[in-house]
Amino acid sequence: MAELCGVMGIGQTRYAAKRQELSMPGLLREAAERALDDAGCTWADIDAVVIGKAPDMFEGVMMPELFLNDAIGGAYKPMLRVHTAGSVGGSTAIVAASLVQSGVHDRVLTVAYEKQSESNATWALTISMPFSVATVAGAGGYFAPLVRGYIRRSGAPEDTGIRVAVKDRQNALKNPLAHLQLEDISFDMVANSPMLWDPIRYLETCPSSDGACAMVMAKESIATQSTKPVAWIHATEMRSEPTMFSGRDQVMPRASLDNAAALYKKAGIQNPRDEIDCAEIYVPFSWFEPMWMEGMLFAPINEGWKMTYEGATALDGDLPVNMSGGVLSSNPIGASGMIRFAEAALQVRGMAGDHQIDGARKALGHAYGGGSQYFSTWIVSDQKP
Amino acid sequence: MRDVAVVAFSQSPSVRRETDCNEVEILIPVIHELRTNAGITNEDVDFVCSGSSDYLAGQSFAFVSGLDAVGAWPPVCESHVEMDGAWALYEAWVKIQMGYAELALVYGFGKPSMGDLPLTMALQLDPYSVMPLWPDAVSIAALQARLLLDDGVVSERDMAEVAVRDRANAKQNPYAQVKGDFSVDQILADPYLVSPLRKHDCSPISDGASAILLAAGDRAKDLCKRPAWIRGIEHICEPQDLGVRDLKRSRSTEIAAEKAGVRAGKIDVAELSAPFTHQEILVERALGLGSETSINPSGGALAGNPIMAVSADRAVAHATSGPCLQQNLICVLEG
Repeated sequence: MAELCGVMGIGQTRYAAKRQELSMPGLLREAAERALDDAGCTWADIDAVVIGKAPDMFEGVMMPELFLNDAIGGAYKPMLRVHTAGSVGGSTAIVAASLVQSGVHDRVLTVAYEKQSESNATWALTISMPFSVATVAGAGGYFAPLVRGYIRRSGAPEDTGIRVAVKDRQNALKNPLAHLQLEDISFDMVANSPMLWDPIRYLETCPSSDGACAMVMAKESIATQSTKPVAWIHATEMRSEPTMFSGRDQVMPRASLDNAAALYKKAGIQNPRDEIDCAEIYVPFSWFEPMWMEGMLFAPINEGWKMTYEGATALDGDLPVNMSGGVLSSNPIGASGMIRFAEAALQVRGMAGDHQIDGARKALGHAYGGGSQYFSTWIVSDQKP
Repeated sequence: MRDVAVVAFSQSPSVRRETDCNEVEILIPVIHELRTNAGITNEDVDFVCSGSSDYLAGQSFAFVSGLDAVGAWPPVCESHVEMDGAWALYEAWVKIQMGYAELALVYGFGKPSMGDLPLTMALQLDPYSVMPLWPDAVSIAALQARLLLDDGVVSERDMAEVAVRDRANAKQNPYAQVKGDFSVDQILADPYLVSPLRKHDCSPISDGASAILLAAGDRAKDLCKRPAWIRGIEHICEPQDLGVRDLKRSRSTEIAAEKAGVRAGKIDVAELSAPFTHQEILVERALGLGSETSINPSGGALAGNPIMAVSADRAVAHATSGPCLQQNLICVLEG
């Protein structure tokens, strides 16, 4: 039986298009120091370090964890580097939790980051390889047809995505760390923004951000001594499937549905919409909120858009989603998944500040990546399982 | 800790340049052979973990296509480290320890012939202060070798002897790339590649893949007559900056070996993955290996080095990453 693991420290950088005052080591250290302060521990208390980020070509450093490890207190300690496409921030948190849950380590520091200002992500994603077609599409070009497919199947009103974009940017105004702070965000402002990849408009996409997110996780006997609230991990789950094969449903991938079912089973959740108080879902393009409401079994297939439309996912709805502003407001790619996991933990610790959901006891952190094929999730609670 | 064992292993030959297959195509027969030999199917596997590097393939998300080799359908519980496959093995071992999995598939693959490997490895160095100088991997290793020679820690003859031993051992290994009988004097007569390193001091550049099946307790006994039980597995990372490290020893290997219990008993066999002869000597010393241990019966990394795929009776297995033995993993196995 696995050891119980609690999140006892969380640190995030301020997210911005360019954190030019910081090097990559400085960026990670800003998040890591804040997580250690929150956990009330020092570098010496950390047994192992787990680093996550999206493709190395985003910054042009091969296996950058090797040069970064020292800056986050990893010298002469075990260090792992996780990379599972866009879900990496979540997967990294899961690997860190595993080190505690297995009884291998007592207290682990995990950090995920991206410094997009030192790179060009779209370039890194469109390298031409021998014998394969370069899509030269970037992420938006890849996902737009999937959104089209969703709209066709579900008959969702075409302004559903606009509503998500407005809601998440309004939420971001309550999060001082969020990259986009659009004081005058409105339905018309999103609707009138340029169409980038039909049906995805400019203001329905995520920004490119610099930033890092860190967590300190510890075994039960240490975490219970914390003077601050602890987020207890009830369940973690991951699923992957290949990018392309005949008959694959890319709009609603089986890996997502399988992952959700396995996660809830482990967490002892019968009815996710009733039992989960709030969720941080990986929504890099507005339409993925309704899509993942279905993919995470909160809504029946083809009805996820109704949750958005009826306001269920707003801060005052019955299942608030992306209280922090989400990926649509801050997107340091490799960290974006970990931010979802960390924000879910902040909610159940009651430490989310102005975007706190009153009485949040059980929260979902979610990340996905690749061609909608990598999924990582966790359920955290203020109560031990 | 639960008893966990390696129950199956398969590998591709290490070759200088695989011209006909891409990374996935190298991997497909390796994984197929592993499953066939173990008599299992995808449905039996609870967790899949892989190790690879995007920069070897020259492509972002290169590991994603590895899922095609696994045949990940229905969807699998899967994770990936941007590290050598040995660390993927470690993650899988952790997952079994926590009770998340009973049977795990681990694989590593690399096709460095796609680019200029020594120069590509320069991209591992500090991007602000070191990498702009483009110090290639052989030159960085040569700096360390020069230090060792100047301080009398090793001699060029010691280094040549390592190469002769490994290449002779590799004759028995059909998967090895560089093998044969050489004499120390003959090798020492060769010109320097990057002084003080000669060609034989450097591991070859190899394309290849390997895969391991890891199982817990009774599951391992069911699948394999003589499982290789993992009695200790530890890894340690040093700072990267060469100026803050003691390059005349492998401190991280020493710490990992101590924690893994290498010295708790006689070691019959050691498989070391050091990419340069002087580094193999440092690892050998850090492990405290003596004449009772057969070192690199396969030929080791100096005979075939499909980086990212170097995973493995009382035996010790070693893997390394980063410049000058920055990060090292030690695994103690018992029959």
